[in-house]
Amino acid sequence: MTNAAQNFVMVGERTNVTGSARFRKLIEANDYAAALEVARQQVDNGANMIDINMDEGMLNSEEAMRTFLNLIASEPDISRVPIMLDSSKWTVIEEGLKCVQGKAVVNSISMKEGEEPFLEQARKILRYGAAVVVMAFDETGQAETAERKFEICKRAYDLLTSKVGFPGEDIIFDPNIFAVATGIEEHNDYGRAFIEATRQIKQELPHVHVSGGVSNLSFAFRGNERVREAMHTVFLYHAIQAGMDMGIVNAGQLGQYDDIEPELRELVEDVILNRRDDATDRLLDAAERYKGGASHKKEADLSWREKPVEERLTYALVHGIGAFVEEDTEEARQRAERPLHVIEGPLMAGMNVVGDLFGAGKMFLPQVVKSARVMKQAVAYLMPFMEKEKEELGLVDQPAAGKILLATVKGDVHDIGKNIVGVVLQCNNYEVIDLGVMVHSQVILETAREENVDIIGLSGLITPSLDEMCHVASEMEREGFDIPLLIGGATTSKVHTAVKISPNYQRNQAIYVTDASRAVGVVSGLISKENRDAHIAKVRAEYAQMAESYARGQAEKSRTTIAQARANALALDWKEYAPPKPSFLGTRTFEAYDLRELSRYIDWTPFFHAWELKGSYPRILQDDKYGEAAQPLFEDAQNMLTQLIDEKWLTANAVVGFWPANSVGDDIELYSDESRGKPFATFHTLRQQMARDSGKANLALADFVAPKETGVADYLGGFAVTAGIGEDEIARRFELANDDYSKILVKALADRLAEAFAEAMHEKVRRELWAYAPDEKLSNDALIAEDYIGIRPAPGYPSQPDHTEKRTLFGLLDAESEAGMKLTESCAMWPGAAVSGLYFSHPESRYFGIGKIGRDQVADYAARKGWSLEEAERWLGPILNYDPKGVTDAAA
Amino acid sequence: MTREERLELLDRAVKERILILDGAMGTMIQRQKLDEEGYRGERFKDFDRDLKGNNDLLVLTQPEIIRDIHSGYLEAGADIIGTNTFNAQAISQADYGLEDISHEMNVAAAKLAREAADDWEARTPDRPRYVAGAMGPTNRTASISPDVNNPGFRNVSFDDLVEAYSTQVRGMIEGGVDLILIETVFDTLNAKAAGYAVEEVFDEVGFKLPIMISGTITDLSGRNLSGQTPEAFWYSMRHLRPFSIGFNCSFGAEQLRPAVDEIAHVAETYISVYPNAGLPNEMGTYDETAEQMSAQLEAWAKDDLINIVGGCCGTTPDHIRAIAEAVAPYAPRVIPEVEPALRLSGLEPFTHA
Repeated sequence: MTNAAQNFVMVGERTNVTGSARFRKLIEANDYAAALEVARQQVDNGANMIDINMDEGMLNSEEAMRTFLNLIASEPDISRVPIMLDSSKWTVIEEGLKCVQGKAVVNSISMKEGEEPFLEQARKILRYGAAVVVMAFDETGQAETAERKFEICKRAYDLLTSKVGFPGEDIIFDPNIFAVATGIEEHNDYGRAFIEATRQIKQELPHVHVSGGVSNLSFAFRGNERVREAMHTVFLYHAIQAGMDMGIVNAGQLGQYDDIEPELRELVEDVILNRRDDATDRLLDAAERYKGGASHKKEADLSWREKPVEERLTYALVHGIGAFVEEDTEEARQRAERPLHVIEGPLMAGMNVVGDLFGAGKMFLPQVVKSARVMKQAVAYLMPFMEKEKEELGLVDQPAAGKILLATVKGDVHDIGKNIVGVVLQCNNYEVIDLGVMVHSQVILETAREENVDIIGLSGLITPSLDEMCHVASEMEREGFDIPLLIGGATTSKVHTAVKISPNYQRNQAIYVTDASRAVGVVSGLISKENRDAHIAKVRAEYAQMAESYARGQAEKSRTTIAQARANALALDWKEYAPPKPSFLGTRTFEAYDLRELSRYIDWTPFFHAWELKGSYPRILQDDKYGEAAQPLFEDAQNMLTQLIDEKWLTANAVVGFWPANSVGDDIELYSDESRGKPFATFHTLRQQMARDSGKANLALADFVAPKETGVADYLGGFAVTAGIGEDEIARRFELANDDYSKILVKALADRLAEAFAEAMHEKVRRELWAYAPDEKLSNDALIAEDYIGIRPAPGYPSQPDHTEKRTLFGLLDAESEAGMKLTESCAMWPGAAVSGLYFSHPESRYFGIGKIGRDQVADYAARKGWSLEEAERWLGPILNYDPKGVTDAAA
Repeated sequence: MTREERLELLDRAVKERILILDGAMGTMIQRQKLDEEGYRGERFKDFDRDLKGNNDLLVLTQPEIIRDIHSGYLEAGADIIGTNTFNAQAISQADYGLEDISHEMNVAAAKLAREAADDWEARTPDRPRYVAGAMGPTNRTASISPDVNNPGFRNVSFDDLVEAYSTQVRGMIEGGVDLILIETVFDTLNAKAAGYAVEEVFDEVGFKLPIMISGTITDLSGRNLSGQTPEAFWYSMRHLRPFSIGFNCSFGAEQLRPAVDEIAHVAETYISVYPNAGLPNEMGTYDETAEQMSAQLEAWAKDDLINIVGGCCGTTPDHIRAIAEAVAPYAPRVIPEVEPALRLSGLEPFTHA
C-alpha cells in the first residue's frame, strides 16, 4: 500500500468493556490477570497503543480504571506502548491521567456541553501532559455531514490553540464513523462524509491527526466477518488516502485492499463512497455468498528474477536466497573469461554489499550467515571448473586477505559463537582454519606454525577455559610466536584479557573481541601492514591502563574473614519446618524424552542473543531494528525444530537422583539411607565473603539444607540432562553441505532444548518426583522468571563457581552410562547441549552470587576437597579476591 | 537585581556559554560529621524522634553550614545553585515527624541560598547568580508497588504528591528562588505530579519561573527506575515546556553519556547534566577525581551535547571548578529543530508525524 498506510496508527480495541463482552466479563469478575492478557495480546499483535475503556453501569469505572492501569504499569511488555484513556466520563479520564507515567491520549472530549467545560478539560489535560481526541460534537449534537464535521473541528481547533495553547500536533479529531448500509437513506452518505471531512481537516488545520472507531461502520453486517473485513479494509484505504492516520481497529482483522475479490470490492466501494442509489441493496444481495471463507496467502515476489545476472546474484546474497544461485552462477560463468572472475566480480561485489549493510547495522547476523551460505553454494558450484582450469593452465591459488586459525580451547565444547565468527570472517575473504572444539594448545600452535597463519582466535564458554587461554598465551610467548591472539566467548571479558591473558604474551598482543560483528574490524586492523602497529599499540596502552585501575580496584574490595562470614550464615528455623521427602531415593533415568514436550518449555530470548539479536522474545519479532532479521530466523528455527522432532535428529536423556542429606558446616553430606550414618558422598559449597552491614546473610548453598545437629531429616536432589546426543553428527552433515547457517541453527536449538529439558525436569521434580508443590501451575513466562519454590543451581555458575563439583554429581548419577554424558578435563559437559545441577527444596532457597572470596576460605576449601592450595586457586581463579602470585590477601 | 532582570540575563547567558551548576550538597554535609545534637540544634533539642540524617532540616538548625557550602560552589564558579530542599516536602519529612514545617523549611532554604548568591552577585556584578529550588522525587513511587505480591497497590497517590509538592513550591517561591528544579526523577509519574503542582502554584502567584527537569538512570539498561527510556521520559515531561531537561546522579559521567546523547537529539530545549563522581564503591564513597570527571564532561561540551553542567553525589567545589574551566572554551549546544509530531510514550517513545 501507500506510505500513508504504513504510517497508520492502530489502537488496540479489545480492552474496552463496551466493545468486548469478554473483557467486560473479566473486569466484572475481577479477573484482572486474564484482563492483562487481553492487553498483552494486543501489543503482541502489533497495536501501537491500547485503548482502555471501563464505562459500564455496573462498574465503579474510576476504580476499575485505576486498578487496571496500576497493574499495567507493572507489566513492561504492555506498558511499553502509550495508553489511550477512553471514557465518556471526565472523572474516569482524570483518574486515569493520575496513573500513567507516559504521555497518554485522552479519548475523548467535545463541545457538547458548551465551550467552558471543553476548555477547562483541555487545560487539565495539557497540565497532566496528554494528547487529546476531540469528537465532532457540539451543543446541537453529533456532526453527520462533511460540512458540519469540518466546521466543528475547525472551531475546536481555534479554541484549543488560541485559548489553551494546546499544540496542534497533540490534537486528534474524531469526525464520527457511523454505520452505513443500514437501509435508512440518510445513512448512505456517512462513509463519504467522514472521508471528505478528513481531507479538509488535514488540509486546513496544521499538524492535527484524524482518528475513528472503524468497527461501527459495518454494524449492519454483524455475523458476516468477510464482508465486514472488506468494508473496513476498503474504508480505511480511502480514508487513509484522505489523511486519516489513526484508528481503533482490531489489528488481527484487517486485510489488503488488493486481496479483496474485485466484485466484492466494487460492491463495498459503492456503499462506502455512496456511488449509486442501489448500492446497499446490491451489497445485501451479494453478502450471503461471502459468508465465511478465508483470506488467501500471498505469493512470493519474484520480480527480482527479471534483473541482470549481477544484480540477481547480489539480490540472492543480500536476501540469503539459495534457490536460484546455481543457475545464476552458471550464467555468470558462461559470460566470464575465467570462473575465478565470477567470484572476484559479481559474487564479491554482492558480499561487499552484505558487508556494508552489516557494518551499517542494517543487516544482522542470521541474515549474514544465510548470505554466507549462498556464497558457499556458489563457490562450491564453481570449484570443479576452477580445478579443471588449474590443471589445464597450471595456475596457483590467489591469496586470501589473511589466514585465521580458530579453536575452542581444551576442555570446552561450546562453539556457536566461534562458528559465527568463522563465517563472518570467511564472508570477508579471510581463509579460516577451524580446529573445532576441545583443542589442545599444542595442536593449536603446531597448526598455526605449519599453516603460517596471521592470527589465532580462541573461544570458550566455561570459566576454566579462561585459564586455558592464559596457558595458550604463555605457550605462544615461550615458543616465540609473534602474531595477534584474539579472545572471545561468553565468559571472556576485556578486563580478564587485559589483566590475566595479555601479560602472558608480550611478544605480540592478546585482544578481546566483543562479538562477531566486531571480528572483521579487529582482524582487518591487525592484518593491514600500515595500521597494525598503531592498532596494537593502542590496545596495549588501553589494557595497561585497565590492568592498573583493576589493581587499584582490587585493593579496595573488602572481604570479611570466612569465620565472620560463617557467623553471619543464613539461619533458617528448622524447628518449625519439616522438609518434604522425595517420592523415591536413589536415581531414575529418563531416556529418549519427548522432544515435542520439551519444545513447549523453550525460552527463546537467549536463542536470539546467540545470534546477537538483543531483545526479548516475543517482542523482538516486532522490533524496529531487529524484527526483520528475527522473524525469518524464528521461522527457520520453528521449521527445523519440527523436522528435528519428527525425524528424531537428537536424543534427550536425563538422570535425576535424591538422597538423604544434611549440612555440616559449609558441606552437604549425602547418606545412603535414613540411618544417616557415614556419608557416602559430600558436596562442598562456598560462602559469600562480602562485607555486610545491612543485615543480609553471607550465603552458602549449604545453608538451605538442615544442619546435621538439628536431627531434621532433609534431602538433596541432583540432575544431569542433555538434548544434544546426535548434535555433532547433524552439525557435521550441514558443514559438509556448506551450510553453516543450519549448522549453527541446530546447535543453538539443541542448547535451547537442553535448557528447556532442565526447566521441564525441574517442574516434574517439584510436582511429582519430590512432589513438594504438586498443585503448581505456572506459565512458561513464569517458569523463565523463576517464580517457583526451590532452586536448581549448577556447579560452575554464581552460586557455586567450582566446576569440579560436577564430578561428584556425575559420579552419583552415573551420568555417563545412564545418559551418555561425559565431563572433559575442564569439567565441561559433553554433549555441549547439557545442563546439570543440584535441587534444593527449601522455600527460602534462592539463587545468589558468591562474589570474590578470600585466601582463608580458599585454604579451608582446599583442605575440605583434599586439594593443594595451588589446585584450589587454579579452579577458583575467577573468584579469588587476591592475586595468587604472591600478592597479599585484601581481606587480611 | 530583581528576579525579572536576572532571568532576562539568564536567557542571554545560556545562549552564549555553558552554564555551571553546583555540586553535591549531601557530600559536603557529610564532611561536617554532624551528630544527633548537631542536626537538632537548639530548636529541636527535645524533639521526640531522631533527626540525624535529615539534611534538609539544617537550613533551620545549622544555616551557617549550608550558607558556606553554597558559597563554596559559587566561589568555584557555579552560575546556578540548588536549594537544600531535596527532601523538604511533607512525604519525605513524615519519616522524621516534621511534615508540618515543610513550608518553613523551603522558605528558609530559598532565602539562605539567595543570600549566598546575592553576596557573590555583588562581588562579580557581571555574572548574576541563580537559585534553583530543588524538588527531589520523595521517598515513594507512584508507578511502582512497594509490595511485590500486590502489583496494583501504591503507597502514594498523584494527589498526595501534588499536595506535598505544592506546599514545597509555595515556600521556595516565597523565599525567592529564580528557577524550579525537579530533580533525580526516578519515577516519571512523581515528576508529572511535581510539574502539575508547580503550574498550579504559578497560577496562584500569577507568574511563571523557568522549570528545570532532571531524571536519573538507575541501571545500565539506560532507563529510569519506573522503566522509561530517555526519549520516552522527555515526551512525558515536554508539556511543561521546561527551560532544560537532562539527567543527574545515576552513575558516573561515562555510563550516563548514552542517555544524554539520546535526549540531546530529541529535546527542543536546553540540556542539563550533573552526574555523580563515578559509581559508589563498596564503601559507599565516590572516587572519580575532579580531573577525571572534568575531562569526561569536556568531551561532551566538545561534542555539543550540553548547555548546563554540574555535579551530583561525590562532587565538591574542586570538581565544579575543574568542570567550569574544562567546558569554558566550548560553545553551548544549539537547540535542535524538531518537527511537529504526535510524540507519545509508554515505557518507550512513540512518534507519529
